[in-house]
Amino acid sequence: MDSLHLHFDIDGSDFTSAGEAASELKRVLRQLGFPPEIIRRCAISMYEGEINMVIHANGGTVDVYIDSDEIIFELIDSGPGIADVELAMQEGYSTASQEVRDLGFGAGMGLPNMKRYTDQIIVDSIVGVGTAVFMSIKLE
Amino acid sequence: MKHSVTLDKEKCKGCTTCMKHCPTEAIRVRRGRAHIIQDRCIDCGQCIRVCPHHAKKAICDPFDRIEDYKFTVAMPAPSFYGQFSNLDDVNIVLQALLDIGFDAVFEVSRAAEIISDITRKTYDEETEKRTGPIISSACPATVRLICMRFPKLIPNLHKMIAPVELAAMRAREEAVKKSGLSPEEIGVFFITPCPAKVTADRYPLFLEERVIDGTFSMADIYKRVLGPMKKVKEPRQISKSGIMGIGWARVGGESSALLKEHHLAVDGIENVIDILEDVENGLLPEVEFLELNACTQGCVGGCLTVENPYTAKSRIRKLMKYLPVSKNKAEPEDAEAILALAKKVPEYVPVWQLSEDREDAMRIFMEIADLRRRLPGLDCGSCGAPSCRSFAEDVATNFASEEDCIFHMRERMQYMAGGGDADEYLPPPFRRTDGEESDEKDNDHDDFG
Ligand SMILES: Nc1ncnc2c1ncn2[C@@H]1O[C@H](COP(=O)(O)OP(=O)(O)OP(=O)(O)O)[C@@H](O)[C@H]1O
Ligand code: SF4
Ligand SMILES: [Mg+2]
Repeated sequence: MDSLHLHFDIDGSDFTSAGEAASELKRVLRQLGFPPEIIRRCAISMYEGEINMVIHANGGTVDVYIDSDEIIFELIDSGPGIADVELAMQEGYSTASQEVRDLGFGAGMGLPNMKRYTDQIIVDSIVGVGTAVFMSIKLE
Repeated sequence: MKHSVTLDKEKCKGCTTCMKHCPTEAIRVRRGRAHIIQDRCIDCGQCIRVCPHHAKKAICDPFDRIEDYKFTVAMPAPSFYGQFSNLDDVNIVLQALLDIGFDAVFEVSRAAEIISDITRKTYDEETEKRTGPIISSACPATVRLICMRFPKLIPNLHKMIAPVELAAMRAREEAVKKSGLSPEEIGVFFITPCPAKVTADRYPLFLEERVIDGTFSMADIYKRVLGPMKKVKEPRQISKSGIMGIGWARVGGESSALLKEHHLAVDGIENVIDILEDVENGLLPEVEFLELNACTQGCVGGCLTVENPYTAKSRIRKLMKYLPVSKNKAEPEDAEAILALAKKVPEYVPVWQLSEDREDAMRIFMEIADLRRRLPGLDCGSCGAPSCRSFAEDVATNFASEEDCIFHMRERMQYMAGGGDADEYLPPPFRRTDGEESDEKDNDHDDFG
């Protein structure tokens, strides 16, 4: 199987569109016939990453590569960056505003869930420059 | 005024439970039966919830009304999704609605997202225009309450049609396209959590004409879809709404979808009344948007739902997880057209006005004050009115006679019996003395054994 590439621009100025890319990805994966459990893991990881880019970084891009043995996600933004990645990866840590908390975000569970549902995650961030998140989900 | 809460005369035992719980003092008990003072009822459904004999009911449409139309659309309120245990996909519910006989579904949450979008866009302009908060008009029971009790706040009501009304219009358009039928051949039906919305669908608050063909009680449809839901294996993607729309099911949903800081969301009719008093008194100047829900926890607490409001609310939260934030928006020209639909403004209904004539009203007022001094202030309900104060009002406006108070009755009997103590004519809770017993013994609980 050839590698399939999907590209998403995440609009950071329109919070109400957040999460749409993840639902689009879900639709594609379903069409490609992936097992429900893999779809679920991909959808959640992508969703959390996408929402983070909108809430914390004013948008960015997501590239998804679907290979025969793994699905790779590259999430890149040029937002404020994360000063302490290790801290950000901890359950419950959040800097989300009250307005988005009212909608049910800001539990500080996004990054921990991304870690939990993927086989590999690397968060690279430079304060003032941006954040890059690489994730991989293995297919067997 | 028009209502959808009524009494089943056969079942009512005249127990006064509903009378005591009615937030607008709209119920009286006469000759062993409850009576609803039509003008005062806001259709909040509190009496339906508390009646131990299930004698209070909401008039919804019978399900076979769908047979009157060639093509039917179900419009579930978002609170419907909170009724089912272990539900992880709203599409299962929507599929089951199709399986029980509807030809299409149109989620009210879709329309709610459009309305949230419009409200977000006009928010700054609206808040600047008025003194005091924008008051949500989504709960018809609270709108009615404001119209009769807080007329000063009527201009603050959000001038906006109900999400279900927008849903009905869109659903009909979609159905016409899909079926090729004419609009009259299409029946759009709302699955409602409460009688207040039944009334508002029949007699719209802001729209000039009714756009919904019928309303089904959520409890009724719940029973019908349960079986079919179990048979849905792989649901299709039918749902077209996200977190913001489905969130309207519970308190805070409508206001959090505005993405603004200064909103306040209130639930439970007593809390709503308290907050409105505060707003009327200018106590909450920082609030820009006020969301009011007559029911506990919002519409998930409506009296036609089946599940406990707290359980339903937590299920809604679970269902919202991993949904896109919103899936529906209003194009600028759409927004204008939708705003223009809210032509009517609800009017002040002066149900508590004692008389149209000011002097007459003053006279009655004095009479009430006078009567109240003569009443014991026990609010015992034996007279068939919820409180001594409302009884005094009833007497002064010739809806009751002072003699209906058992304490006055006691005095009369005393007189007829030729003096002596008439305490014995009173039920035990109201007796001043208890025969020969001493005060000490009064405190002895074992006496009852
Ligand atoms: N792309 C990003 N750019 C800048 N900061 C980020 C980014 N992603 C995450 N963060 C920071 O890491 C914190 C933790 O992120 P995480 O996703 O775990 O929680 P959250 O987004 O705050 O809440 P939740 O995801 O539970 O709604 C965030 O509060 C934010 O401070
Ligand atoms: S809160 Fe919702 S369910 Fe309750 S009366 Fe108001 S509109 Fe109806
Ligand atoms: Mg997050």
